[in-house]
Amino acid sequence: MRMGIRPRDIVCQQAVELVTDYLEDALPRSGRRRFERHLAGCPHCTEYLAQMRATIKLAGRITPDDLTPQMQDEFIALYRQWQADPGSE
Amino acid sequence: MDDDAELLDRLRAGDEQAFVVLVRRHHDPMIRLACSFVPSRAVAEEVVQDTWMGVLRGIGGFEGRSSFRTWLFRILVNRARTAGARERRSVAVGDAEAAVDASRFDAAGGWTAPPEQWIEDVDDRLRAGKLADRIRSAIEELPGRQREVVTLRDVEGLSSDEVCAVLEITDGNQRVLLHRGRSRVRQVLETEFGRA
Repeated sequence: MRMGIRPRDIVCQQAVELVTDYLEDALPRSGRRRFERHLAGCPHCTEYLAQMRATIKLAGRITPDDLTPQMQDEFIALYRQWQADPGSE
Repeated sequence: MDDDAELLDRLRAGDEQAFVVLVRRHHDPMIRLACSFVPSRAVAEEVVQDTWMGVLRGIGGFEGRSSFRTWLFRILVNRARTAGARERRSVAVGDAEAAVDASRFDAAGGWTAPPEQWIEDVDDRLRAGKLADRIRSAIEELPGRQREVVTLRDVEGLSSDEVCAVLEITDGNQRVLLHRGRSRVRQVLETEFGRA
């Protein structure tokens, strides 16, 4: 995937380390251009970037552990304890 | 998300139900976050309770300059650090580690073992169950600070500014930790799909 490489071009091994900076919009404009130029010529790194995006999306789909009824009772007890003795910090 | 403010008003007015709703809303991320500082789930649950007591006692002093969630998580992190039997991780970032193992590149840095394709199988796998558990455990197995950042950013959806405020780290460190954590989780997913 590295035809006619220019001295300031990046290689795949560097590209995978820039993915987060790219997604966070933390690359300088020139770095962003270099990264995108690499992607344009590299289907593997394009796939890699898509996988990082898919990873982030999947993490956001983890279903939360809900409060058990027992724990909810404990929090209600905590609240009542505070009401009886508000104290302050 | 920001009817937190309305719930806080109700809480200040002595509405017990508002407290329960607030606790329920934030419980899961609080437990996750606490778990990365303390050795067991039981201790994490204590830290969360202790945090809410701190919230109740300090609510008069909360001025709303940060979001309630940022304020809440900062209290939690402070208490979890105190409770943490784990030694303080003074080095926030740790040793360098590669996003992708070096053995998968040639000497010039090009892929020799490119990423396996798996994205198109995600929906099937999610329907089949298993995958959600695997992602959850992949995040739980991350080293402490990576786990904190990935949990807050990607699972809970906090902004980078919020994460920096909660964990008291710089934006640069936050990004490095996020990068390493996400890279590891991606690798776990690739391996998981490759196994099928």
